[in-house]
Amino acid sequence: MSGRLEGLLQAAFPEAREVAVVDRTGGGDHFHVTVVDGRFAGLSLVDQHRLVYDALADPLADGTIHELRITTSGEG
Amino acid sequence: MSDLRDRIRDTIETEPVVAFIKGTHEQAYCGNSERAMQALRAVGAGFTTVDVLVDPQIRQELTALSSWPTIPQVFVKGELVGGADIVQELAASGGLEATLQEKLGEEWRRPGEERTVSVTDGPGLRVVPGT
Repeated sequence: MSGRLEGLLQAAFPEAREVAVVDRTGGGDHFHVTVVDGRFAGLSLVDQHRLVYDALADPLADGTIHELRITTSGEG
Repeated sequence: MSDLRDRIRDTIETEPVVAFIKGTHEQAYCGNSERAMQALRAVGAGFTTVDVLVDPQIRQELTALSSWPTIPQVFVKGELVGGADIVQELAASGGLEATLQEKLGEEWRRPGEERTVSVTDGPGLRVVPGT
């Protein structure tokens, strides 16, 4: 499941310096994703997280993701 | 447009700091809701909470308003500041105090002033006939 999320994030952030997905509990539904991408520079954290939510809209909507922690950065 | 959505919007617009969480300010039923409240407490902010577990419709209407898919959601003076990760990150960096100060002036410094309000016609609002 981490692989599916990583694929979605890499597709949404092709220029990202870092894309990481950690399955926090090993249960395949609690994730911590990290995205470092220059396009975040100048965006508020709310707008940065919105881009991540957009990328993961499908697994969020279908219940795959029960809990999501997000770390974003425009610097890397 | 629903009455519930109107009440949620009113709450967001009239409460200086409001957190939509799973549970109440006294008892959160989700680690992320607890993290968001701890971040607000860490900077000494007073806040109001709304328990989304009271009725699944609350979360649905809230997300329709905010376009934010997860709980908790923290608003300051009508504007979404973020979920647990952002509020925690801002509290650690000093950005949360700066945001509160910018939007509310000194009004936000109310440590321990916490309450939970209802946005539904729940028992708290129902008039019980006298005995």
